[in-house]
Amino acid sequence: MSAMNEATGPVLSDVEGPAEMAAPVSQARAEEEYSHHLLLDPRPQEEMNRMVLESLQRTGREYWIVVAVLAVMALGGFVGAWIYQIRWGMGVAGINRPNYWGVFIANFVFWVGISHSGTFVSAILRVLGAEFRRPITRAAEMMTTVSLLVAVSFLGIHVGRTWRGYWILPYPNQRGLWPNFRSPFLFDEIAIAAYLVGSTLYLYLPLIPDLAMARDRTTGWRNRLYRAMALGWRGTEVQWHNLQRAIAVFAFVIIPVMFSVHTIVAWDFALTKVVGWHSSIFGPYFVTGAIFSGVSAVINVLFIARSTMKLHYFIREEHFDALAKLMLVFSFVWTYFFFTDFFVEWYGGHKIGHQITAIQTMGPMAPFFYAMLFFNIVVPCATLWSRRVRHSPVILFLIALGVNVGMYLERFIIVTGFLRRNDLPFNWGTYTPSPVEISISLGSLAAFLLLYALLSRLFPIIPVWEVREGQLAHTLRRFGRAWVPTIAELEE
Amino acid sequence: MTENSHRWAMVIDLDLCTACQACVVACHAENNAATVGEEEVSKGRSLHWIRIERYWQGKGSHLKADFMPLLCQQCQNAPCEPVCPLYATVHDETESINIQVYNRCAGIRYCGVNCPYKVRMFNWFNPYFPEPLNEQLNPDVTVRTRGIMEKCNFCIQRIRRAREEAKADGLPVDKIAVQPACVQTCPTDALVFGDLNDPESRVSQLARSPRAFVLLEELGTQPSVFYLQRGDSHVSYE
Repeated sequence: MSAMNEATGPVLSDVEGPAEMAAPVSQARAEEEYSHHLLLDPRPQEEMNRMVLESLQRTGREYWIVVAVLAVMALGGFVGAWIYQIRWGMGVAGINRPNYWGVFIANFVFWVGISHSGTFVSAILRVLGAEFRRPITRAAEMMTTVSLLVAVSFLGIHVGRTWRGYWILPYPNQRGLWPNFRSPFLFDEIAIAAYLVGSTLYLYLPLIPDLAMARDRTTGWRNRLYRAMALGWRGTEVQWHNLQRAIAVFAFVIIPVMFSVHTIVAWDFALTKVVGWHSSIFGPYFVTGAIFSGVSAVINVLFIARSTMKLHYFIREEHFDALAKLMLVFSFVWTYFFFTDFFVEWYGGHKIGHQITAIQTMGPMAPFFYAMLFFNIVVPCATLWSRRVRHSPVILFLIALGVNVGMYLERFIIVTGFLRRNDLPFNWGTYTPSPVEISISLGSLAAFLLLYALLSRLFPIIPVWEVREGQLAHTLRRFGRAWVPTIAELEE
Repeated sequence: MTENSHRWAMVIDLDLCTACQACVVACHAENNAATVGEEEVSKGRSLHWIRIERYWQGKGSHLKADFMPLLCQQCQNAPCEPVCPLYATVHDETESINIQVYNRCAGIRYCGVNCPYKVRMFNWFNPYFPEPLNEQLNPDVTVRTRGIMEKCNFCIQRIRRAREEAKADGLPVDKIAVQPACVQTCPTDALVFGDLNDPESRVSQLARSPRAFVLLEELGTQPSVFYLQRGDSHVSYE
């Protein structure tokens, strides 16, 4: 244990007593009892640095095979199919009139949703002082940036003339025309641009001390990369002070940006005249769903990173347990919003609304609809109560994967299901994604995984200094005869 | 509203329409709208700026078909306009027409989603005009490329031409008489076109008829297309 505890002196003796209700009475037993907590199980700083640096270099043959497969999928399925679509026209996708929007928009909403993981896990939990966040913030922040990049690409994929897509950017241009600031699409673009810049900076700031750590312990190109990116970090008191202040400011600033992003994505739908989309509850409903899928995606990524990068010391069952509790809470909240939205649509008695609920519950969307309910409500609510489930990363991984499938289906149903019916029945239609759309969708998943796999070996995925900071704050202290974990306040 | 402004409007008498589709053909010819073929039409990708909607009523021997020609309603409060981020669909204040600027359109299709009448058509592929259709393209109208929205604009090329000719001849431009291709072609005179700002015009008088109504009035789009219909029944063919 750290030096602080040595001053408290020796324990008197092991006195017999009701063991199950008493706190441990010896320091050795207390340390053992609490050793499953990362923050109460400190190791020498050098050893932690070494573990993280080793995880960066853990690029065996399997890793490169996976990267190669993902690269082929991303280049062929994503980039290749996109080029094909640009060459021949949007007709190669399955969209039509009235289904002018298809899976591309569903993918866009899904990836923006995934990006909410980083801010939620990192910023909100940081502001709230949730200590379990410490080793997992970086993984979540990286996911935010990567998934936002994928999401933005879907805006380009969706538009009919991709080569004119930049016209939407608001800058004084030769065309002498500003974009239309009344359009929700423009709200979207501004919110996402702000979020992309903000979350990238927010990823970068806490990375600086770790980059400096890596700089001091590597050679070759890695050393040059880290040297450039560490911005001359030496760990002086002034630097720490400035960094902490910048992180604190960013954490508070990025939270409203995060809420605004998915609210505005929801407004893409809620501000239209389309029956079923025209719902004032869509903003919070979408934000909840985004955080729900984001937290689940963090569980998925942490599980893969932990086993492939041998990070069992840093990412422990307690972290999966905490994330699983969050997942359970957001499953409840999402369920509440879902039924409020669905029930009003059904109860309202609008004929087109009835058509839409019928498509979901009895029509072609029914398999997706019930699968969504199963993955998003039944499975999390039935299993995550159990401590044993929450402490089993494999089962949790599968549940979280199911939640992401369910959340994708939710977006798919909302985007592609509701447009099929409108006020003039002559224009009712149906929609089936074409092979090009399916290829681009799967390719985007490969692109996300590829970028993430590369980034995870390029930058330390564990914020060592944050873990170290937490370990310094957490100590075992003696109160009377008992040893209990305590936490000191490190902030100014 | 400027002095020369018109409020172009159309009245469609459902009791006179025989669903002969002549207006559809005339519109395709006038506006260089490509024919996309049976397969694409069945996918919902036709480029009919005006279409005859057909609704069935009854069953068996009592089966009746109702027809309703539908074109862009030229809403005065158009849902498609605010959602376009590029001002590709805007309101022409002089003519009170909802116009589509092809050059600005990037094909986001937001307008198509938000249009309650679903009259906005998208170019899913590059247009193709098989022989001899390529010989009769209208030189006054742009041929649209793939990835662009298009829709009825009340044959604005004809309105503009009439306006310029009136100006050149020194005639008052607020008295110009124009007919879009569909109105010109209609054999039963079911389609009437004119200026709603002129209370004496035929279209103004018909729009005040007790038979007149606008489509989906409850949405508040204020369409410029009025339908005439006997109060209790649709036009039906047994």
